[in-house]
Amino acid sequence: MQCRQSCGQACRRALTQVMRPACILVSAVVFATAIPDLALAAGEALPAPVPTPGDYPRIGGMGGRGFVWAFAQMHLFLAAFVLAVPLFVLIIELLGVTTKDPRYDAMAHEFMKISMAAYSFTALTGGGLAIALFLFYPVVMEYLMQVFRGQTLIYAGLFLMESLCLYIYFYSWNALRYGNRKWFHLSIGLLLNAVGLTLMFVANAWATFMMSPSGVDPQTGAVIGTVWEATRNPLWNPLNLHRFLANIAYGGAIVGAYAAYRFLSVRTAKERSHYDWMGYTSNFIAIAGFLPLPFAGYWLMAEIYAYSQQMGITAMGGVLAWLFIIQAVLIGTIILAANYYLWCGLGRTAKGATYAPYVKYIAVVIVAGFLVWVTPHTLILTPEEIRILGGTHHGFLGPLGIMPAKNTAVNLMLVATFLSFQLFYRSSREPTVSWARTGNILIVTLYVAGIINIVAAGIYGYITPTVYKVGASVPQVVTTVSIIVFALIIDGFMGRGAKTAKVHWGRMSTRSQYALFVLPVAFTWLMGLMGYIRSSVRTHWHVYTIMKDASPEAYIPTIGQAGNAITLITLAFMGVIVFVFWLSQLGASKQAEPAGEPAE
Amino acid sequence: MTFLRIVLFSLATMFAFTLFANILPQVQSDPPKTEEINESTLDVAGQIAWGQRLFSGRGTCTLCHNDLGRAPDLLQMDLATAFAERIADARYEGEAAGQSGAGAIETYLRESMNAPSAFVVAGFGKKGTNDAESPMPRVDAAPLSLTETETNALIAYLQDLAGEEVTVPLPSAADAQDGADGDGDEAAEEEGPSTSAEDIMDRLGCAGCHDLFGSEADIGPDLAVAAQRLQPEGLRTAILDPNAIIAEGYEADFMPDDYAEQLWVSELNVMIDYLMQLEGAETEQ
Ligand code: HEC
Ligand code: HEC
Repeated sequence: MQCRQSCGQACRRALTQVMRPACILVSAVVFATAIPDLALAAGEALPAPVPTPGDYPRIGGMGGRGFVWAFAQMHLFLAAFVLAVPLFVLIIELLGVTTKDPRYDAMAHEFMKISMAAYSFTALTGGGLAIALFLFYPVVMEYLMQVFRGQTLIYAGLFLMESLCLYIYFYSWNALRYGNRKWFHLSIGLLLNAVGLTLMFVANAWATFMMSPSGVDPQTGAVIGTVWEATRNPLWNPLNLHRFLANIAYGGAIVGAYAAYRFLSVRTAKERSHYDWMGYTSNFIAIAGFLPLPFAGYWLMAEIYAYSQQMGITAMGGVLAWLFIIQAVLIGTIILAANYYLWCGLGRTAKGATYAPYVKYIAVVIVAGFLVWVTPHTLILTPEEIRILGGTHHGFLGPLGIMPAKNTAVNLMLVATFLSFQLFYRSSREPTVSWARTGNILIVTLYVAGIINIVAAGIYGYITPTVYKVGASVPQVVTTVSIIVFALIIDGFMGRGAKTAKVHWGRMSTRSQYALFVLPVAFTWLMGLMGYIRSSVRTHWHVYTIMKDASPEAYIPTIGQAGNAITLITLAFMGVIVFVFWLSQLGASKQAEPAGEPAE
Repeated sequence: MTFLRIVLFSLATMFAFTLFANILPQVQSDPPKTEEINESTLDVAGQIAWGQRLFSGRGTCTLCHNDLGRAPDLLQMDLATAFAERIADARYEGEAAGQSGAGAIETYLRESMNAPSAFVVAGFGKKGTNDAESPMPRVDAAPLSLTETETNALIAYLQDLAGEEVTVPLPSAADAQDGADGDGDEAAEEEGPSTSAEDIMDRLGCAGCHDLFGSEADIGPDLAVAAQRLQPEGLRTAILDPNAIIAEGYEADFMPDDYAEQLWVSELNVMIDYLMQLEGAETEQ
C-alpha cells in the first residue's frame, strides 16, 4: 500500500518533470512548418536555375537516376513501416488499458520490437538518398533548398526528436507499465506519432511541390512566397491522406508476415495461438487502412485533374495508362489474399464453420470484380498505336470512359471484404438482445439494398453520355461507406450482452498463413509502382512547369523497366526485413548456460 | 525448411508481377524535341506540316483534342463554321469580336492558345467554374512553352484544316536565331542535330530492318531501289508516314511511324540526301 503511494508520488513528480520538455517538443512540432518563415527570410527573388546536361554529374558513365530511385524507394518503404507501426501500436496499447487484457499490451510491445530494428535502416537509406540527390542533382537540390530554406534543418531536428521519442517509448515500455505511468507512456507514444506524422507531412510537401509548385513565380520560378505557401501546394493534403492510410495498411501487412512466420516456426500451442491472434490483428489493421484507400486515391486523382488536366490525362489516359491494369492486379491480389485468410479463419469458431457455404458467393463476387477490373477496355494497344496518337494518349483507353464498370467492381470487392470480416466477428458472438432476428434481417437488407444501389449507379454511369462519369461513382462510394458504418452500428448494438463463443486461436492451416506473405509482397510492389507513376506524371520536369529535367535520363522508362527496378528494390527491402525480423528474434533468445560451470 | 519455402513463395509472387509488367506494351516516353527552323519550314506547306507535327507531338494537343469529349475534337469538327460561330457567340468578348474572315480566325486561334479562358467553348470549362475557366493550358507558358513561331505554325495548320487562307507570317531564318536566343535553355539542353547520316540512322535503328551499312537486314525493302523510285519527296513521306505508301510485298505497321518526333528537320534532309546518293551509286554500277 505504502509502496503504491510513494510510487504514485514519484510518478506524478516524474510526470510534471517530463511533461515540461514534452510540451516544448509538441510546440516545436506545431511550428515546424511555420518557423522557417520567421527564422530565414527568402533571399532576393532570383529566377530558378536552368540546368543543362552538364549539370548532372555522371559516375563511371552512369547517371544518378537509378541510385536516387532505389534509395528513395527503399527509404520510403522503411519510413512507411516505422511510421505506421507506432500509430497502431498506440491504439492497441490503449486498447490494452481500456480492456485490461494484458495480451494487447504484449502484442503492442512485440510490434514495436519489430519496427525498432528497421529504424536505423530508415535513417541509413535517408542519408543515402540525400547524398545521392546532392551528388547527382545539385542544381535541383540547390533550388529546392532555396524554396524550403530552414525547413530542411527543422526536418533534421524532427528526425532527431523522432529517434529520441522512439527509443524512449520502446525502452520505457516495461518501466512505465501500470497506473499513471502507463498514461505517461501513452503520452510519449502520442508525441512520437505527432513527430512522425509531421516528418512525413514535411517530406510530402517537398514531393508535391515538385508536382504542383506554389509559392514561386510561375514564369521564372523565383521564390516569392513563404515556405508555408510552398508547403501548402495543391497536392499536399491529398498525398498526406493517401500516404497516411497506405502506411497503416503497409505496416499491418509487414507485421502480419512476421506473425505468420512465427506461427509457422513455433512449436507450442500457446505460442501458436498468440501468433495466430497477432496475424489476425495485423491483417485487420492492413485491411482497415486499405479499405478507405481507393477513396483517398480518387481525391488525389481529382486534385491532380483540377491542378492540371494535362497532368491528369497523362497519368490516367496517356503512356502510363497500362500501369493501372497492374495496379488492379496488385489490389485484386491483396483483396483476394486478405479474404482467403479471413475465410480460413472462420474455422476458429464452431459457428464460423456454419458460414462456410456463404463463402463461395463472396468469392464469386471478388473474383468477378477482379476480372472486370483487370480487363482493359481494349486489348489492341501496341507501342506503335500509342505513338501514332502523339505518344501521349490512347483513344480507346480513356479510363474515364470505362470507369463505371471498374468503380462498381471495386466497391463490390470492398463490400465483400468487409462482409468477410463481419462474418468472422459475428461467428464468435451469440446475440441475446430480443430483436436479434430483426437485426439480422436488417443487416441482410442493408447489404442487398446497398449492392443493388452500387450496381444501379454503375449502370447509370455507363449510359451517361458525358465523359465526366466520375460523378456516378460518388453515390457508389457513399453506399459502400454507409454499408460499413451501419453494419458496424447495428452489430455494435446487437453485440450488447452477447454470449461470446470460444475462438480457437491457433486453429489455422499452414496454407492460410501464406496469404499473410502475399500481402506485404503485393503491398511493397504496389507502393513501388505508385512511386513510379507519382514521379512520372511530372514527365520531363524536375519541378513541373518550373524546372526542366535536362539530363539524358529525362525520359519515362517503360513499364517493364519500371517493373524490373521495382522488383530489385523490393528484393533489397525484403532482405532488410528478413534481417530485421531475425534481429528482433535474436534479442529474445538466450544461450543456455553451459552445464557444469558455476553460476555467478 | 519453412523459411526457404516462404522466401521461394514470395519470390514467385514477385516474379509474377514482374512478368506481367513486362508482357504489357512497352512505351518509353521521351521528352519532346524542339524542332529547328530550316528551309523545309520556310514555305507554307512546310509550316502547315510543322504545325501538324506540333499538334500531335510537342504541343500534346491530341492529349485533349480527340474523340473522347475532353475538348472540342478539332480534327473532326467543321472548323470553319465552328470558329465563325464562336466569334459571333453572344458570350464572346475577345479580340476578334465583330470581325470576320481568315484574319479573325487567326486572332481567335491565337487567343484560344495564349489565353484559353478568354472564351470557353460551352460545356468544356473547368468543373464548377460555369465555363468561366478553361482547363486548357496556355501554350506560351510552361509546361508547353511554345514559341511564337511554333504557335504560328499551329495556327497555320488549323487554318488550313478549316479550309481557310493561312494568314500567319512564315518563319524567317532570323526566327531560328531568335528562337535559339530567346529560349536559351532549350538550345542548351538539346545536343543539336547531327550531320552524319550514319549516326542518325544508327540512332534510329534503320539498319535493323533495311540493308544499310552492310547490315544485310531484310525486314524492310532495299532503300537504294526505293530512293530511285520515290525521289526525295516520296522518301520524306515514306519515312515520316510509312503507312501512307506501302512498299510492294511488305506489310504495313512494321516500320515505326514516330520518326517525325525523333528527328530534327535538318537530319531528315541529311538522311534523304544520303539515300539519294545511295541510289546514285547503285545506278552508276
Ligand atoms: C489539357 C487539355 C488540353 C490541351 C493539352 C490542349 N487543349 Fe485546346 N482546349 C481544351 C479545352 C477543354 C478546350 C475548350 C474550352 C476552351 O474553349 O478553352 C480547348 C479549346 C481549344 C481551342 C478552341 C476550340 C474551339 O472550338 O473554339 C483551340 C483552337 C485549341 N484548344 C487549340 C489547342 C492547341 C493548338 C493545343 C496544343 C498546343 C491545345 N489546344 C492543347 C483542352 C486542351
Ligand atoms: C522495324 C523495322 C523498320 C525500321 C526500324 C525501319 N524501317 Fe523502313 N521499312 C520497313 C518496312 C517493313 C517497310 C516496307 C513497308 C512500308 O512501306 O511501310 C519499310 C519501308 C521504308 C521505305 C519505303 C521503301 C519503299 O520501297 O517504298 C523507306 C524509304 C524506309 N523504310 C526508310 C527507313 C528509314 C530511313 C529508317 C530509319 C529512320 C527506317 N526505314 C526504319 C521496316 C523498317
